[in-house]
Parts: sequence; C-alpha cells; structure tokens
Amino acid sequence: MPKQLLMQALSPTMEEGTLAKWLKKEGDAIAIGDVLAEVETDKATVEMEAPEEGVLGKILVAEGTEGVKVNAPIAWLLEEGEDASALKDAKAAPPPAPRKKPKEAKKEAVAEKPQPKPSASQPQRPAARGDGRIFASPLARRIAGDEGIDLTQIQGSGPKGRIVLRDLESAPRGAASGRSSRQRIRRTPGELPSFREMSNTNIRKVIAERLTRVHQDVPTFFLSIDCEIDALLALRKQANEMVAEKLSVNDFLIRAAALALIEVPAANSSWDEKAIRQYKAADVSMAVATDRGLITPVIQSADAKTVQEIAAEAKALAEKARAGKLRPEEFQGGTFTISNLGMFGIRQFDAILNPPQACILAVGAGEPRAVVKNGQLTSATMMSCTLTCDHRVVDGAVGAEFLAAFKRYVEEPARMLLKEAGYG
Amino acid sequence: MADPKYDLVIIGSGPGGYVAAVRASQLGLKTAIVEEKHLGGICLNWGCIPTKALLRCAEIHHLLHHLDEFGFSAKDVGFDIGKIVARSRAVADQLSKGVGYLMKKNKIDILEGRGRLAGKGKVAIEQAKKKVGEVEAKHIILATGARARTLPGLEPDGKKIWTYMEAMVPESFPKSLLVIGSGAIGIEFASFYRNLGAEVTVVEILDRILPVEDAEISKLAQKAFEKQGIRIRTQASVENLKATQTGVTATVKTGDREEEVEAERAILAVGITGNVEDIGLEGTKVKVEKGHVVVNEWLATDEPGVYAIGDLVGPPWLAHKASHEGVVCVEKIAGVKGVHPLDVTRVPGCTYSMPQVASVGFTEEAAKKAGREVRVGRFPYRGNGKAIALGEAEGLVKTVFDKKTGELLGAHILGAEATEMIQGYMIARTLETTEADLIEAIFPHPTLSEMLHESVLDAYDRVIHF
Repeated sequence: MPKQLLMQALSPTMEEGTLAKWLKKEGDAIAIGDVLAEVETDKATVEMEAPEEGVLGKILVAEGTEGVKVNAPIAWLLEEGEDASALKDAKAAPPPAPRKKPKEAKKEAVAEKPQPKPSASQPQRPAARGDGRIFASPLARRIAGDEGIDLTQIQGSGPKGRIVLRDLESAPRGAASGRSSRQRIRRTPGELPSFREMSNTNIRKVIAERLTRVHQDVPTFFLSIDCEIDALLALRKQANEMVAEKLSVNDFLIRAAALALIEVPAANSSWDEKAIRQYKAADVSMAVATDRGLITPVIQSADAKTVQEIAAEAKALAEKARAGKLRPEEFQGGTFTISNLGMFGIRQFDAILNPPQACILAVGAGEPRAVVKNGQLTSATMMSCTLTCDHRVVDGAVGAEFLAAFKRYVEEPARMLLKEAGYG
Repeated sequence: MADPKYDLVIIGSGPGGYVAAVRASQLGLKTAIVEEKHLGGICLNWGCIPTKALLRCAEIHHLLHHLDEFGFSAKDVGFDIGKIVARSRAVADQLSKGVGYLMKKNKIDILEGRGRLAGKGKVAIEQAKKKVGEVEAKHIILATGARARTLPGLEPDGKKIWTYMEAMVPESFPKSLLVIGSGAIGIEFASFYRNLGAEVTVVEILDRILPVEDAEISKLAQKAFEKQGIRIRTQASVENLKATQTGVTATVKTGDREEEVEAERAILAVGITGNVEDIGLEGTKVKVEKGHVVVNEWLATDEPGVYAIGDLVGPPWLAHKASHEGVVCVEKIAGVKGVHPLDVTRVPGCTYSMPQVASVGFTEEAAKKAGREVRVGRFPYRGNGKAIALGEAEGLVKTVFDKKTGELLGAHILGAEATEMIQGYMIARTLETTEADLIEAIFPHPTLSEMLHESVLDAYDRVIHF
C-alpha cells in the first residue's frame, strides 16, 4: 500500500514551512535517512530525512510552496514492487491547498517599482525562474550591468522569455546598482524614490516577532564596563603561534563569559511565569549576521570547553549559519548571548535580549585609549562591553557582579586556563 | 459571405512563398499557392541555385588551370558551355520538383496560373491571360518577387544585351563581356565568365564595387578581381549601349574620361524592381513606392487581409530574407506568440564570386554613422594554416564591435568559403553574444573558421597568429 509522506516538524516551534527544494524526484528509491527535501523553517533551511523506505511515487507539494502545515501530506511513498498505478487505489487525501502560490509566480522575493510597462506585442513571461536564474543574452546582461538595469524586472521577449537587447530599451536605468548610472530618474516633489520590495523570509518574520515582543514585554536595563585587553591580546598572539586554526578574541570572550556565568549563576538564567531557571552550564549563543538575517548558534557548555575547542566550534557554526545549513538543535536553546560588533569598529552598543535568556552581552571594538594607571596617563587597548539584563530575573548588583567576574577573566586571561573543565 | 475555401492563399512560390506555405500548413492553416511558371521561383530556377551550379564549374576550371601548383599535370583541358548550362538546369529542375513534393507533403494546393487579387478575399487564377478559376481566402500573401531593373538607355534585348536570365543559359561562350552594375549579381557573373576565360569589364556608378559591403572589403575585392584580369571602372556610367552585328558597343564615362568598349555580350545588373504589375493591386489600398509594395513591420499592406513579402517589398533582395518574412507573416496571421519583425542587421549577405564575399550587420562606416564607437578586428587569410594548405591564402576576416558594450555589430569576410563561414557571426549576433563569449569559444584547428576567432581576438588586441 502506498503511504503518505507528511511534512515533519523540523524544529520545536515549527508549525509550517516552505518546501524549498525536492532533492529526490518521482521514481527515486528512498532509504531511511535519505535527505528528501530542503525545508525552510522559521529559523533556517533544514534537510528533511525519509522516515521510511520505498520509492517516491508522487510529489504532492511543489517546490517553492510556502506555508505547508506540519503533518500535511507532501508526497506518496510506494512500497518496493509497487508502481505508480497503485496510487490510483490509494485513498488520496487531497493535497493541501497551499496558502500562498509557489514562489515562481511572484519571482524570488523582489519586486521593483515603478514597473516597466510591458509592451502589448511581447509575451508576458518572466525571465527569472523560481530558482532565481535569469535568462538573458550576454549583451543584455552586460548593458544591464553597465547601465544599472534590474533584469529581474524585465519581461524577456526572446525564445522562452529570454531577455534580449530590445527588451532593455524601455527599462528604467540606474535602478539596480550598476557600474555607472548615467541617467537620473526624475521625480516629482513628494514622490518616493523607487524601491525594491523584499518579501519577508521566515527567519526575518521570527526576528521581528520575537524582538518586538521582548522589547515591549521585558523590563531591561544596561550596564557598561571597560576591559583592558592587552594581556588577552598577548596571550592570543602567543597561542596563535602554536595552533593552525587561529583563535579569535571572541573565542576568548565566549570562554570568559561562560566562566563568569558559572561564578554568577544568577546571570545564567531565564524568566518563566512560574519560576526563574538558573542553568548549571553556560550554553553561549553567539550572534551571527547572515544575508538571511541574524541567527544565534549555540556553543553548549562553553564553560567546559577550551578556547581552542570553542574556536573550532564557533567557526564551524558560523560557516553553517551563513550557508543557511544550521540544524535546529544547533541554534535552539542557549542560556546567554554574546553579540560582538567590534569588527565593525563599533565602540559600544546596547543589545536587545535573546528570549528567554536573561542577559546578553554587547561587545565593542578593542581600541587604544588613554587611561590613567597609578596616577599616570598611559595608553591601553580597551574594550567596552554592555550587559542587557532582564530586570525580572537579574538585579543591578547581579549584573554588576557578572561583569566584574567577566572583566577579571578578560584582564587576567591566565585565569581562563586555571579553571578546569567539568561543569557541563 | 460563404466561408472562404482557404485560410491562406499565397501568390508566388519562390523562397518567400513556398516557405510561408509550409509554415502555414504546420500551423494548421488551409493553404494554397499560386504559381505561373516554376515552383521555387527565381531563386531555384533562375537565381541562387543555378548560378551556384555555374560557379562550381568556374571553380573547377580555376583548379584545372592551377594544377601545377598542386603537383598535377593535364593536357587539353577544355569545357563545353552547353554541358555546363545543362548541368545547371538539371540542378534547378531537381530542386523545383523538390518544392512540388514539399507542397504535396504539407497538403498545400498548387494552383497553376497567374494569381490576381479579385476583390476582397478573392484571388483569380489566370492561364494565358484568361481567367480559369477563383478562390476565396481569409488571408492573401503576395510573393511575386522581382525582376531585373532596366534604366532608360539600358534595356535588354535578350540576345546581345542580357539580364541575369539570359546570362545563365548562354548558347555559346562569349569571349568578352560588359557587366553593368557591380552588386552581387553583376560580380558573380563577372567572376564566372572571367574564370572561364572571357575578357570582362565591370562598370559601377558608385565609387566602389559591391557597394553594400564594407568599404575595406570592397577595395580588397576589387584588387583581387583586377588581379584576375577583370577590368573595373567605378564612378563610371555606360552610355550609348548598342547591340551590333557582332556584339555590343558602349561608351564608359569615368569622370571626364570616355572610352569605347566593345564586347560580345553585355549583362545588365543594375538592381531589381518588384513585380507589382498585373496582380490586381488596382482598386485596392495596397501602396506601391519605387517599384515595391509598402508593408508594415508584420508585412501587412494597407489593404486588410493582404500581405506582401520578399523581393516584392524591397531590399535586401535575398532569398533567406524572403523566407524569414514569409514565416514572420504567417506566424503573425496564425496568432503565434513571440513573433518578432525581421531585423535586417541579422540578415547575412553573400556573393559567390571567387573570392567570395559575405557579411552580416553593420559595416564599419555604418556603425560609426550610427554613433557607435567601434573596435575593429582584422585577420588575413595568409595567417591561417588551412587557407595556405588549400591554396586560398587571399582574403580578410573583419569584425566590428561596439567599444562600450562588446556587441558584435558586424562582420565581413572576403575569401574562400566566406559564405559558409558567415553563419558563425550570424549566430553570434542573433544570440547577442559579446566579444567575451567569442573569445572564450574554442575553434577547431586547422580550419578556416579559426580566422573568425582571430579577428575577434584582434579587435581586442589579443590576436595570436598574426
């Protein structure tokens, strides 16, 4: 008997997802654990594995379909020896009506205004397919590049909708970032400039929803502290001469924060209506900017890992995050977050909490500053850090205690080495 | 009104008409084609094809007279003009029959006779000036072609003063020939007769031969022909053309200089004019200007339901242009989506002389005139291994690119197999490749086609073999 394959819940919070890509096609043999499809959940693109073996009989949900509910049937799985005719006998549950049209219909997430007026004599076929590939002649591509023409906005009139030179004649110039935009677009007073509309990805929607909620609902306050990091930099330099994979300042800061959290467990906690949870290990989330949006992969039990271990893990997680390949378990959870904008030259900033965590540490750039030591004006490499605290959980004194502990580890980095692993 | 019997009736079965008919049939239109003389029109019967058969003979003659270069010897090599002409006719007949087969295969009715518009949606069929029938059609395509143009004082007599038609079927081989006009037709005949040994004089009123070609190519072609012994007079006119007892005489005026020319025969090749007469245009809204029917980009005349294609609507007078127009016109009638008007800058032009000339797109001069900044590439045949091996080291491949966008604006070839090679550039231009794609392309060695690559490389200062 053919069996229905259902949309799986690929993260604890997933209610629906976008069936981004089928990796098996009808007729393919499927073994348990084979990757069937890529599904975009609320946080990431996740590979969906086959729960059973058989042959992929019929795909019910097309690639690019958004809003596929968990447990909705997405395909028929045939048993070995069955052929597609078995599907006729199977009681076909109607395929779920997709909530929205497949992405092909509206072209990958970008819509330009003002729209070029399509000429009546030209067939209306978008040159961009769902996978974002644009069919255009080499000449059309080059001129579009030179003159800032957005090819995603042009209906191709060539064979199979290919964009050719004649299609560019009436296209707006300078809309896309070209190498030169010779023509200025004239606007009447009060008219907005032309814009690109990027429909919200799942990850963007989740960021918006969660950050709005935490900003509105959680009473927060901010504590800032300056740390001198010359000793840390010297240690890092020395360590980096011994290892192949270089350690970053952030790797040290993750370790320092984790150890400080174990010392001040009140900061390693979260609010729940019934009780406050104090965690016994420091799972440090690190904020990673990706072109899909911000995501926070977790280094579990960072307090029990060496800086070298943290560095390797952080690097792997960041790469996966940028590729959109994080598995849910790699970015869910976490008891404390570090957000570091130092590499962008930001001196100091306040972060918004990563719920339900009670604290997030915003790390600025290490920079030489004038400091007074023993009554003498001197120079030191200083780094400003700001802790955002959920006041329902963490009082000012607790936050200050955590920062003091953190600062101690940072300024006397040998302490990080003395602390033995084993809390996790 | 009763239902028209045909969706489409095409008057004329040349390369415009018969191709349109086949395409119409493919698109499900019930189609008839009206032909007065020979299926296939001038192209098959009196133009492209039989002249290529003749020029093949000229090529063989040329090789036979250069056998020594290749290590051969032969004595008493001669030719029989009667046999050469007979072969040319046989080739034409074979192909004309082929068109008949194509019509049958595509269930296209052939209506024998002269077609004439006979009121809205009607075509009268006449044989020997008498009406023998009438058909009704929703759409009518005029594809009646063109004929040699005559000018006052330059009128053919069919005996000593020929048009291309008589020139194709000489009864005897003329020892001397005066060719008036140096377009493709004039040059092909000049080349054919010169190769077989005639004394040939070509007179061109403009400042260079093959005036539609790139000026540089014209100049090189002229040199090549003069080297073969063809006398060429440019910026010259022919006056007092007269048939005499033995041949023709004429005065060729070049500026202030006048020379008397005597020849056995003269060929008038001063352009062509559309066959607009006697096809029932009177009383319709079909407009005629300068001997050609006026049409819009979709080949529609001002008379609803009446279209015109090919030589009848004007230059370039090329069979493949007529065929393409036939397809565009029929597809538009049938409501096919994504049809585009013909772009003349994508129509290649070919002259099958020795050496051959072929081109597509803008000449260097036309490109500059159109306001383009250009990059020009050149590669001579003498830099190409295959050309030298063939003994065909004379010629040039020239390319014209838009300096800014890399668009291949035009390409011009003079030399062996130019007409077979131009398609590479035609495809490049049609697909809108830039120099980048052409530079990246890998050409087979050793071939003449490598020169297509080298010319592009030269335009970007990267030529390898020269």
